[in-house]
Amino acid sequence: MKQSPPKPRNTRNSGKEKVISMKKPPSRAKPKMFPLPKCPTGIQGLDEITGGGLPRGRPTLICGGAGCGKTLLAAEFLVRGTTQFDEPGVFMSFEETEPELRANVASLGFELAALVRRKQILVDHVRIERSEFQETGEYDLEGLFVRLGHAIDTIGAKRVVLDTLEALFASLPNEAILRAELRRLFRWLKEKGVTAVITAERGIGQLTRHGLEEYVSDCVILLDHRVNDQIATRHLRVVKYRGALHGTNEFPFLIGDDGISVLPITSLSLNHKVSNERIATGIPRLDAMLGGKGFFRGSSILLTGTPGTGKTIVSANFAHAAARRGERVLFFSFEESPQQIIRNLHSIGLRLDPLVKRGLLRFHSARPSLYGLEMHLATMFKEIATFKPQVVIVDPITSLMDAGTDSECKAMITRLIDFLKAAQITTLFTSLTQGGHALQQSEASMSSLMDSWLLLQDFEGNGERNRVFYVLKARGMAHSNQIREFLISNHGIDIVDAYIGASGVLTGSARVAQEDLRKAAVLTNQQQAAGLKREVERKRTAIERQISGLRSDYESEAEELRRIAEQVSSSTLMLTTERAASSRLRQADTNVVASTRARATHNGRANS
Amino acid sequence: MKIKKVKGKSAKARESQIWQLRLYVMESTLKSEQAFANLKQFCETHLKGCYRIKVIDLLKQPQLAKGDQILAIPTVVRQLPKPVRTVIGTLSDFERVLAGLDLRATT
Repeated sequence: MKQSPPKPRNTRNSGKEKVISMKKPPSRAKPKMFPLPKCPTGIQGLDEITGGGLPRGRPTLICGGAGCGKTLLAAEFLVRGTTQFDEPGVFMSFEETEPELRANVASLGFELAALVRRKQILVDHVRIERSEFQETGEYDLEGLFVRLGHAIDTIGAKRVVLDTLEALFASLPNEAILRAELRRLFRWLKEKGVTAVITAERGIGQLTRHGLEEYVSDCVILLDHRVNDQIATRHLRVVKYRGALHGTNEFPFLIGDDGISVLPITSLSLNHKVSNERIATGIPRLDAMLGGKGFFRGSSILLTGTPGTGKTIVSANFAHAAARRGERVLFFSFEESPQQIIRNLHSIGLRLDPLVKRGLLRFHSARPSLYGLEMHLATMFKEIATFKPQVVIVDPITSLMDAGTDSECKAMITRLIDFLKAAQITTLFTSLTQGGHALQQSEASMSSLMDSWLLLQDFEGNGERNRVFYVLKARGMAHSNQIREFLISNHGIDIVDAYIGASGVLTGSARVAQEDLRKAAVLTNQQQAAGLKREVERKRTAIERQISGLRSDYESEAEELRRIAEQVSSSTLMLTTERAASSRLRQADTNVVASTRARATHNGRANS
Repeated sequence: MKIKKVKGKSAKARESQIWQLRLYVMESTLKSEQAFANLKQFCETHLKGCYRIKVIDLLKQPQLAKGDQILAIPTVVRQLPKPVRTVIGTLSDFERVLAGLDLRATT
């Protein structure tokens, strides 16, 4: 066993050093009670649940029923071990041959063949057919040990997978020998210091069909594939992890095109960072309603509404505005295909396709019933992780709720929101309500998770339906308390003040009619005022005319008076001169006096 | 490490029917020695003169374990005549070895 294997290459040594250096801290920091060394799997989420990975240098049992992903989990453990942690691995398969295995993991994007070629992974297919051999007398499984040992030494493996060891129970008739040998095998693996993963079929009433958990007691992971309401979901649970804290819940996981991802979201805590930045909604009037600046970045926004109230349009506006600012937007649509959304929004003058082309806007459309809630969640996580958006839109979240029970949904949305908030992603959820207030209440549980809540509503009356819109809540900002009417036209969204009067809120044509009434009233008032003004003017001119008549009367009388006065004064003057003359002519005839008086009278008349 | 035991009695026709057996052992354990002794005795009884036994010590040649799908030690593999047959254990029960090596069918 020592001389024959070609000595492993340098990588092995470096790998070993790494292991040693990783192992060192615990021994040095003894008073700190450092937990046992872990071997990271590199599988999304699993390391978080297990607090860092599988127990290093010890065997781990992975059990589960048929088709729940045991082999894939084991294979991913090896592949990620080589690619991410530089730890070569041996895959000893008792069921699948190497080409089969290669093909199976290739669908997850793992290039097993290349890794095998580079001697980072060694696949050993152990084929053992019950019909092809006889047993007689005593034996042991030293051959298996030799093979495994040889394989480990050849590539300097740190990780070992035994994929379904239980196949031996079917092949080897002598169970007593087999059990003794398995016990020895696990001890031997520990001595070798390799981190081993052993898969086993789920048994009835016990974890594995042949009670392997009896031998592998350091870490047991149970996989489960459950069908609930016709939708299958895979679950993973760490049943046991000796010497370490671990998540005990059942965690949903999924097998996607880049391997397994487990969703350990409940481990997240509620202390994410918050931003004071505000982002515009794409609807200026709505921004104005939200204290003039829009939503907080990283907040979660709920947009509820009955069918046809324009939820998708509002969310698309939000998406459009964000993408125009150069942010990446991920739009999850569970009702419409991307093309349909693009076409429909084009009809209101919103062009989304250039943004899609520029890679700022990405759609992800899926039918809610396509797979289970957790699968949806996992897919969304993956999309978010790969696209790294600043804004996420889920339209509508209620479609997803049909895929699970209420509590599941709430848990899922909590996870989603936690995840998004931790990443400072602003999220807009639309939610379809069936109308009526009872449903609004049932959504209250969801709303407690939301920072802002906008309500779109239908107002029915006058033989028409109109949309109104208000801000139900907006944490951390002053916001308008008013109902606004929400108009959708060729030019997009328009928010106008709804008419609020004695008869309640008026919308649509009623609002228009009311506006007309108001206009008519104003017009009449104006006309009345003008009439009155004219009347006043007329009166004024009449009075003025009267005044001027009176004045002219007065003036003529005054003239008369003056004339008379003049006459009087001139006649007086004449009298005095006549008297003077007569006194001068006293000596003259009285007839002269008489004729002079007549002449004076004549002169005075001519004078006047 | 080859312990050959060839005894072509005379006929050339039998040459093609020479049995090639491989015995996989781990160096000098009790079980391995028992197996070798049993196999030799068995062959002398049933295949006298037309067999070859190749003993492979897996401690020295671990890479050979993969080829014949060896798990158990000791294991006898009948390489020729085809098809390959395998018997595991110390070969203490000759009846089962007969059945396991499918001796009756070929002779």
